[in-house]
Amino acid sequence: MSEQDRQQNPGPRPGGGGGGFGGGFGAPVQKPKNFKASLKRLIKYLSPHKTNLMVVFIFAIASTIFTIAAPKITSKAMNKLQDGYMAKMMLREMTEAQTQVTQQINTQMNQMQQGQTPGVGQSPQSPDPETLRGVQEFMNLPMLSSVTDPNQKADIVQQMLNLVKKMPVGQTEGQSIKLTEDQINGVIRSIRETNGEYDFNYIGRIVLILIGMYLISAVFSLVMGLVMSGVAQKTVRDMRRQIDLKLNNLPLRYFDKHPHGDILSRVTNDVDTIATTLQQSLTQIITSLITIIGYILMMLTISPILTLIVVATLPLYIISTATIAKKSQKYFAAQQKELGQLSGHVEEMYTGHKIVKVFGREKDSIEKFDAINDRLHTSGWKAQFISGIMFPLMNFISNIGYVGISIVGGIWITRNLLGLGDILAFIQYSRSFTMPIAQTANIANVIQSTVACAERVFEILDEEEEIPDKPNAQIIEFSKGQVSFEQVDFRYEEDVPLIEDMNLNVEPGHTVAIVGPTGAGKTTLVNLLMRFYEIKSGTIRVDGVDIRDLKRSELRRMFGMVLQDTWLFNGTIKENIAYGKQGATTEEIVRAAKAAHADHFIRTLPDGYNTVLNEEATNISQGQKQLLTIARAILADPTILILDEATSSVDTRTEVLIQKAMANLMKDRTNFVIAHRLSTIRDSELILVMNDGKIIEMGNHIELLEKAGFYADLYYSQFSESLDTKTG
Amino acid sequence: MLNLFKYLKPYSAMIAGALVLIFLQTLGDLYLPTLMSDIINDGVLHGDTDKIMQIGGFMLLVAGGGALSSILATYLSSRSAVGLGTILRSKVFKVVESYSLHEFDKLGTATLITRTTNDINQIQMVTVMILRMMVSAPMMAVGGIIMALQEDKELTWVLAVAIPVLTIVIALIASRMIPLFRLVQVKIDRINLVLREKLTGIRVIRAFNTVELEMKRFNDANVDLTDNYIKVNKIMAYMMPSIMLIMNFTSLAVLWFGGIRISNGSMDLGALAAFTQYAMQIMFSMLMLSVMFIMVPRAQAAAVRINEVLDTIPEITDPSKRIDSFTEKGHVQFRDVTFSYHGAEEPALSNISFAAHPGKVTAIIGSTGSGKSTLINLIPRFYDVDSGSILVDGVDVREMTQETLRAKIGFVPQRSQLFSGTIKENIRFGNEQITDEEIKHAAEIAQASDFIENFEGGFEHHITQGGTNVSGGQKQRLSIARALARKPEVYIFDDSFSALDFKTDARLRGALKKEIAEETVIIVAQRVGTVMDADNIIVLDKGQISGMGTHKELLATNDVYREIVASQLSEEEIA
Repeated sequence: MSEQDRQQNPGPRPGGGGGGFGGGFGAPVQKPKNFKASLKRLIKYLSPHKTNLMVVFIFAIASTIFTIAAPKITSKAMNKLQDGYMAKMMLREMTEAQTQVTQQINTQMNQMQQGQTPGVGQSPQSPDPETLRGVQEFMNLPMLSSVTDPNQKADIVQQMLNLVKKMPVGQTEGQSIKLTEDQINGVIRSIRETNGEYDFNYIGRIVLILIGMYLISAVFSLVMGLVMSGVAQKTVRDMRRQIDLKLNNLPLRYFDKHPHGDILSRVTNDVDTIATTLQQSLTQIITSLITIIGYILMMLTISPILTLIVVATLPLYIISTATIAKKSQKYFAAQQKELGQLSGHVEEMYTGHKIVKVFGREKDSIEKFDAINDRLHTSGWKAQFISGIMFPLMNFISNIGYVGISIVGGIWITRNLLGLGDILAFIQYSRSFTMPIAQTANIANVIQSTVACAERVFEILDEEEEIPDKPNAQIIEFSKGQVSFEQVDFRYEEDVPLIEDMNLNVEPGHTVAIVGPTGAGKTTLVNLLMRFYEIKSGTIRVDGVDIRDLKRSELRRMFGMVLQDTWLFNGTIKENIAYGKQGATTEEIVRAAKAAHADHFIRTLPDGYNTVLNEEATNISQGQKQLLTIARAILADPTILILDEATSSVDTRTEVLIQKAMANLMKDRTNFVIAHRLSTIRDSELILVMNDGKIIEMGNHIELLEKAGFYADLYYSQFSESLDTKTG
Repeated sequence: MLNLFKYLKPYSAMIAGALVLIFLQTLGDLYLPTLMSDIINDGVLHGDTDKIMQIGGFMLLVAGGGALSSILATYLSSRSAVGLGTILRSKVFKVVESYSLHEFDKLGTATLITRTTNDINQIQMVTVMILRMMVSAPMMAVGGIIMALQEDKELTWVLAVAIPVLTIVIALIASRMIPLFRLVQVKIDRINLVLREKLTGIRVIRAFNTVELEMKRFNDANVDLTDNYIKVNKIMAYMMPSIMLIMNFTSLAVLWFGGIRISNGSMDLGALAAFTQYAMQIMFSMLMLSVMFIMVPRAQAAAVRINEVLDTIPEITDPSKRIDSFTEKGHVQFRDVTFSYHGAEEPALSNISFAAHPGKVTAIIGSTGSGKSTLINLIPRFYDVDSGSILVDGVDVREMTQETLRAKIGFVPQRSQLFSGTIKENIRFGNEQITDEEIKHAAEIAQASDFIENFEGGFEHHITQGGTNVSGGQKQRLSIARALARKPEVYIFDDSFSALDFKTDARLRGALKKEIAEETVIIVAQRVGTVMDADNIIVLDKGQISGMGTHKELLATNDVYREIVASQLSEEEIA
């Protein structure tokens, strides 16, 4: 069984893990069959958590709005700093210029008063009256350094600047800054407001506001995370519960048809993927969308044209992402395929190591491995490379936007269309813009594969259940153990008849031996008797009652089962024996173990009855496991017993014990025995000979030998040597 | 893990190239904020549009150059990291293929598979990450700090506080999360176990009406897992807000203290803008580094497991002086052989001496654990003996190559192991030179032709991995056909008829008797019926030979044999 399980366990599905770290961008995505319907159904699972989700939603919006608004508010502080800087610079320069120019003029005036003409080469023209008036006005201005009132300062600067404009070129060497009208107005305004000092009151206020906003935003996103942590996990917990409930009501046919590994993977891997997506992507999608919208809005308030530049880079993102994702998916798929082949080869060669060695095929095995490994190398590095250039490429596009904004923004600042803080805020927005966009692109893929996972889970939930027990189902209080088949027809596959018109009557206490080659379909009988499968027509009666009129649980209570495939669970030996009868006392358990000849070996184990059987129950031998299942059946004390006598891979001494235990068990019961021992077969009241899943002969030993059919053939070939020895 | 990086040697040039390129890219990334500050100081504040365009163009060039180096670096690092994975995989596989059964027993097949596949994948992934991020993160951090210092020394004190705080917060959260993550893994295993048991035991559960008990078991595991997950998620919920808070506060601090420095005239606006960018870059690279600190230890565990495989030297190797001429054919002789498994207190076999000859059938019988399979595993030298010697064709098995030795043997194991491929390929596995006719013949002798013909495609029928699409009995017959195809001198059947019904068993043995009359046959069996007509029966008990002889002789002289016979045949049958 363990070998089979390993084969069936496909391991995590490629691309199934939505939130796995380093899963690689652009890993192949599984396409759901019916995206819309399945998504709707999946969303329905979230409905019990509506209130929580609303809270998360509101908090997400609030938290994101704060995050979005913060750079804009920061920009105010930055603008203020810029204003202060400019004002201070202006005042300093102006003061210097004033002093310089005043000195210059004074000298010139003195020279003129002394009747001295200006230097040689200079035309002795007298200055035009316009200029003179200007100079006079300039001279009348109070010295900036002596003024303290900010308004007065601003006025002086204004006047000075106005005068400068009127002055012919050449007279204004003190003026080193070329400023636009708007910029000048801005500076003058800020001088008026702050007296050319930095307004740390204002900046401090903004910093305090920001601290508050960041704190609130952090608390909001924390609350969001805390609330969400429960929502996702509780949703999948309920989903698992539902699957478990469903599994309990599914007919055996389902379990026989579907590989265990597949069912397991649906309950674990697929459900886990759903959990991860709910946990991470749900909030991510909310915040990403709000962030994108918010960023665009904020950028628009700063500058619509700059926003246009950023939005213009969007198609670049989309095109490059799409192209790369498409390419990388191809290589990821190839890588996955090669990886699968490689794992397959490794598993096969390692489990068959002995055979490979004994037939001297190591070289071929290595050659094949290297061939796959080479292919894996090629697709592997290509997948890594192509998914790896995604980040630098996105970064570059973002940098193009950055440079564009710097250039346009820079020019606009010089025209005083924008403050420095605005530009900085804008750059921050445009840079952070990349992240939510990449996230949303990724989320689309994640949601797709999640819905595919959900679909697989829903497939289980949509399976047809067992026919429910009849409402007036009967109970047989004290069963005698009489079993009859009346014209029973049965088939596993609709078009392959297996049992047709079978009639059988087994009296209480009788033993029915079932004989036939391995794989002849002996479990079919178990399936029918216990009503694991429904018959097509006819009736099976126990104590004269149609088993379909009985409660399933009551029917099965009458049966005991000891099969070759011993099923024990990971628990103590005591618990395993008591499995047959809930609430059994220790005494009863020990008595059953003694009757099953298991008591002795149990007591030799370090923890006796409290020894915990490990996962594969490898800490006791196959034979000992069989003894435990016999003890379990003895404790359950059924009226009718289904027993498999096969004891392969059991050593001879344990085999003797098992036989004795089985004899104990079979006493005073109706027995259906899958018989391997001649004595059992010969002593039973009825022999069923099975081949290819069908009952081909029926009767007691003598009758069947006389018939000289399959049984007689089997009997003679099987025991020919022993008969030889007897005669020889 | 460093140990494994020596296999990167063929890629040293590529890695050097990648490092240089990453360095260039980091320089570019670091240069951009400076250029930005230049645009502000030299262009914007002076209203110099030409300057703005000029610096802007240069910025574009730098960004483009950075992107180009980054892409090239990615190319080189992808090739080297995946190359490392490829080399490791090949090395590990080759080493494992050279293992004897002893090393397989010691390490275990399941873990060897994981080591060759998952563990190496993990190393490969981490190497990609290291080359892509871990190299650039410290460069970025150090470069960022240098640049920040250049912009303004005093303001760097803000980072001196921020970086340790960030590190401590991440370390605190991670240290609480990692053990919980491990616990979650345990809980996942538990829910898997419960479910697996439920699926395999579905008949027993329904038969014993313990559906409710099982539901409770599942529910307990389910709730337990959910609770643990929620715990992890709650701690995780603190991660992002704290990191964001620290980063935001850092930028606020830079703004405030930077503002003060500007007001003192010790700093200009452009420098502040650049500094803010550097601060963020440094913090981001710290984040990257912390991610690496979480990832590397996980890869470390994988690296340790891989190293263990690479460092295990196979116990059985071919001798330097080898004998390849033989005077005898098909003789197997044990001379006082004692063997114990590693770590076992008592020998599995002691003082075994016997000989098997061509044309004769030697059968070995005994209870489980008596050493039957161990004994025959010694013949193809799956293990080496402690003392004594095993001679095949008169030569000690340790004095010939394993290839020479095994070419003489046709082995049919207890658990039939087929490989994915057609039936023909599976039979041909025993002997590549064999013709189609001979394959058919081998299948016929092995009583396999009937069912092969019924398969779609006959001999071309595809067998799935592990042979899940053929029954146990069919597998056994195919593995017998495979041994027959080899046409060896010695046949070894290790309980190879157990899955066959008596009728087929008898027919098969009848056919074999005729086909391999000349060869030496050694059979291990549980069923008395299978061994009764052997020329020589060896009865093993607790690793020692308790008796040897024909069926009749042993019945008369050997208690163990009699007990075995008694348990299987009724009295009249023993007679």
